[in-house]
Amino acid sequence: MFDDRSPIYQQIADRIKDDVLSGALKEDEQVMSTNQYAAFFQINPATAAKGFAQLVDEGVLYKKRGIGMFVSPDARERLRADRRSRFFAEVVDPMVAEARVLGVPLDDVIKHINGGSR
Amino acid sequence: MRITADNLTLRYGDTVALDALTVDLPAGSIYGLLGRNGSGKTSLLSLIAGHRRPTSGTLTVGGADPFENAAVMGGTAFVRDVVDATDAEPARAALRFAADLRPTFDLDYAHDLAGQFGLPLGKGVGGLSRGQKSALGVVLGLAARTPLTIFDEAYLGMDAPSRYLFYRLLLDDYVADPRTVILSTHLIEEVANLFEKVLVIDRGRLVAYDETDELRGRGVTVTGPAAAVDAFVAGRTVLGEQRLGGTRAATVYGRLDAADRARAADAGLDLGPVGLQDLFVHLTGSAAEPRAQEAHR
Repeated sequence: MFDDRSPIYQQIADRIKDDVLSGALKEDEQVMSTNQYAAFFQINPATAAKGFAQLVDEGVLYKKRGIGMFVSPDARERLRADRRSRFFAEVVDPMVAEARVLGVPLDDVIKHINGGSR
Repeated sequence: MRITADNLTLRYGDTVALDALTVDLPAGSIYGLLGRNGSGKTSLLSLIAGHRRPTSGTLTVGGADPFENAAVMGGTAFVRDVVDATDAEPARAALRFAADLRPTFDLDYAHDLAGQFGLPLGKGVGGLSRGQKSALGVVLGLAARTPLTIFDEAYLGMDAPSRYLFYRLLLDDYVADPRTVILSTHLIEEVANLFEKVLVIDRGRLVAYDETDELRGRGVTVTGPAAAVDAFVAGRTVLGEQRLGGTRAATVYGRLDAADRARAADAGLDLGPVGLQDLFVHLTGSAAEPRAQEAHR
């Protein structure tokens, strides 16, 4: 479920962000409690709480005292804007670099993206 | 119960089992105690449980000296891989006895757990299989519901499905009733996610103590041309290395910041994570010993 490559709390936060981005978690929808999350994924509750706390700090989740945690109304838009700002650097640039290494002309790449045959 | 050790030392004759160990464990967490065989895990846990007295240094459990202290020991359950019960006694009687002895013991819960492990309660303890004996110990430890519960390699003899059942039951019960739990093990990967913090001891010394997630990010492998790796790791704590022709792979202890990572990328070096199990092996392997000490300083 979780891997050893990065802190578990980070992976928890990323997983919830992915759910918000994909729409699996809707705005103002209640998320699992840290204890439910810990029991479900078999992790220490303090670790789960740390992941949730980070999401609250980042404004992805908000707390309702005594009730639980909910998805912020603007969370999806903000996460999209954030990922969009990194899209070229993190997704497109490595692809262009790989194409250069392989000698694939960028025109071919553009054609492919546009749905044209090579 | 909060546990504090200050320069805690235990010697058996000429053998130093614990060497000036200083550590503070706040109450209410699940701690993982990692160490090789003979590293001092059981010695430390026996001191905490009040079964032994330190040679020097101080130890407090819930603010008091635990040695033969009825109040502290009454709040402590110490589970080892062998069960303290006479062989002829049926397992059911061992549960009954524990319930009579400890006010906090939850007999209904113990029977529920025994059912989940498939323990034949009518059978004499001596006739139980190794895995069943371990399961009985785990049942006694969980159902004790003591403020401090210690599992000293309690899983020995359990097969994988039983161990995973134990981890699940422990976590469920901890979520329902948070208390201080110390679990010693060397099957790290299986249980690492259960631990809030991890202690690593080697030859009676504490070599690492941190949040599990922090430790997870603490080891990095640096791979690339030997000269570039040498330049990058200079001044860092190197736990181990491998060479293949002109390529060198070094395992470095210590978190890298964004600038370090950028510098590594510029130098054409590959950075990779080090799992907790590998980090443990590096921290407690004999070859890495002098440098691991440096890492802790």
